[in-house]
Amino acid sequence: MIEANPSDEAAPPTPRRSRKGDWMGLVYVLPAIALVVVFFLVPLGMTVWMSVHDWPLMGNPRWIGLDNYQRLWGDGSFWQALGFTVLYTLAATVGLMSVAFALALMVQSEGRATAFYRTAYFLPVVTGFASASLLWAWLSNVDSGLFSPAAQMLGMTERRVNILAEFTPAFWSVTIMVIWKMAGFFMVIIMSGLQAIPADYQEAARIDGAGWFQRFRWITLPLVRQPFALALILCVAGSMLAFDQFYIILNGGPSNQTVTAVYKIFNESFVSFRLGYGAALSVVLLLILLALSVIQLRLLREKGADK
Amino acid sequence: MTGTLTAPTPRGGRIRYHRVLFHVTATLVALLFLAPIAWVVLASFRQATDSLKPPLPPWPTDGFTADSYVRLQEFGQSILHYTGNSAFVAIGTAVLTIIVSVLAGYGFSRYRFPLKGLVFVLILSTIMIPFQSILTPLFLLLAKMGLQNKLIGLVLIYTTLQLPFSVFMMRNAFDAVPKEIEEAARIDGMKGIAMLTKVMIPLVKPGIVTVGLFAFLNAWNEFLAALVLLTDQDKFTLPVLMTAVRYGRFGSVDWGAVQAGVMVMMIPCLILFLILQRSYIRGLTAGAVK
Repeated sequence: MIEANPSDEAAPPTPRRSRKGDWMGLVYVLPAIALVVVFFLVPLGMTVWMSVHDWPLMGNPRWIGLDNYQRLWGDGSFWQALGFTVLYTLAATVGLMSVAFALALMVQSEGRATAFYRTAYFLPVVTGFASASLLWAWLSNVDSGLFSPAAQMLGMTERRVNILAEFTPAFWSVTIMVIWKMAGFFMVIIMSGLQAIPADYQEAARIDGAGWFQRFRWITLPLVRQPFALALILCVAGSMLAFDQFYIILNGGPSNQTVTAVYKIFNESFVSFRLGYGAALSVVLLLILLALSVIQLRLLREKGADK
Repeated sequence: MTGTLTAPTPRGGRIRYHRVLFHVTATLVALLFLAPIAWVVLASFRQATDSLKPPLPPWPTDGFTADSYVRLQEFGQSILHYTGNSAFVAIGTAVLTIIVSVLAGYGFSRYRFPLKGLVFVLILSTIMIPFQSILTPLFLLLAKMGLQNKLIGLVLIYTTLQLPFSVFMMRNAFDAVPKEIEEAARIDGMKGIAMLTKVMIPLVKPGIVTVGLFAFLNAWNEFLAALVLLTDQDKFTLPVLMTAVRYGRFGSVDWGAVQAGVMVMMIPCLILFLILQRSYIRGLTAGAVK
């Protein structure tokens, strides 16, 4: 039997041996298993099952084999949604990782002032995507918002620009919102890696005459790789699944240019009620995400091995 | 603003100058991060006529008023009703997550049973699969179970989504309790569920707080599943209601009401976080260090 291996600092306690204990353990775990089976495994299987059907909301589903997948292949709007999602993921990830890394370097030391900075940078994280998006929708509003009137007052623009009416400013407004909201999250993950670097490493390098940049390049960067990779994977996966901000701030607009992959699935399944087609899109998105995670994990592991 | 940091090597004035520069930068960045929150807090107390104008300055120019909050009552049922929905879902999810993950964590930590390793990996691996991809069947499944438009359906789904993280946390928490403590209690005649509730639970309380906090916040803030699974306006949670307000589904868009709604959604999270900051960060770094 495979022993689930606790990675905690304490030694794993020896599990009890008695025959009765064999089943007692299962009883404790049963509620969790039941939930995972009913609300996860069954729906997961159903997604695949539905994807090979024409499945309207009312009426009987009809087996159509791989027709949904064939249709998806030629569905320009799906590829456009996927392309936009990738573009957004790139922008958000590059922005988030650089800001989060910079913040982590700023707050890694202990002290009352840094504790305050840490809390301040982290606070937006706990607000939730829906409230942050609603807040941003207001701030980006042309008449009663903040950004365009402020830009006008500062003389940066002649007239009030409707940020949300054109693709480029709308896209950057949402991306900046996400950086504002999530930087603190990745900052904490990267910071925990920075703090795990033994102080003597830096000290020894300093004594050997290494400057700030050299120490950063040759000590900090290699040693923080693992938590950084974790942050990267979480960031890419999270961005690829973006929905709330584009639905709440932009409603997918202007002219459907900011419909993400999840948004497209939402539209197919719950606006047009083509549930089978929505399921096929879900399967494809799921496979893309799994592939992305595997690739990233591979890269991390290889790099981890050659040190 | 002066050095609460422990100075590495004293190099006189240069270090001091650097430190001042650091604190000035860090404070400015902090203000940047806090500004949007401060802006909505202040703007939500402006008059109805003011809320049509840009928030420059953000604070009410002719007297603080709670008008925006009062106007929130006009959308659908009262805002209290929807806050109640959200609270039910969030508290329900937190309680159920705690119960299920404490039991599972204890079982995984202290018992041996067939397929244990496989089951543990199975529960944890659900984190790899985004729930967005199973939303369509969940919608049908809930309808079939008669749970559509019921808040309890949402609670069950949210709890399931919390399980990989929570079971992992609780298993580790129980593993960290030395088995001598149980041995001693067993000699005193403790066994079964009493051992868990009387002896073990007090020892894993920090883990329970972390698990409950994450479950509460995630359920309180979740939007997509609530949007899809709740079609009956009476059952809306706050994010779904406020999105309807933002798109003017109740008439023209009232940004003052949106600001007040954002406050109602945001403030409980901020307060909970500030009180339980340690538990939150512990949960966040639990995965990162490993």
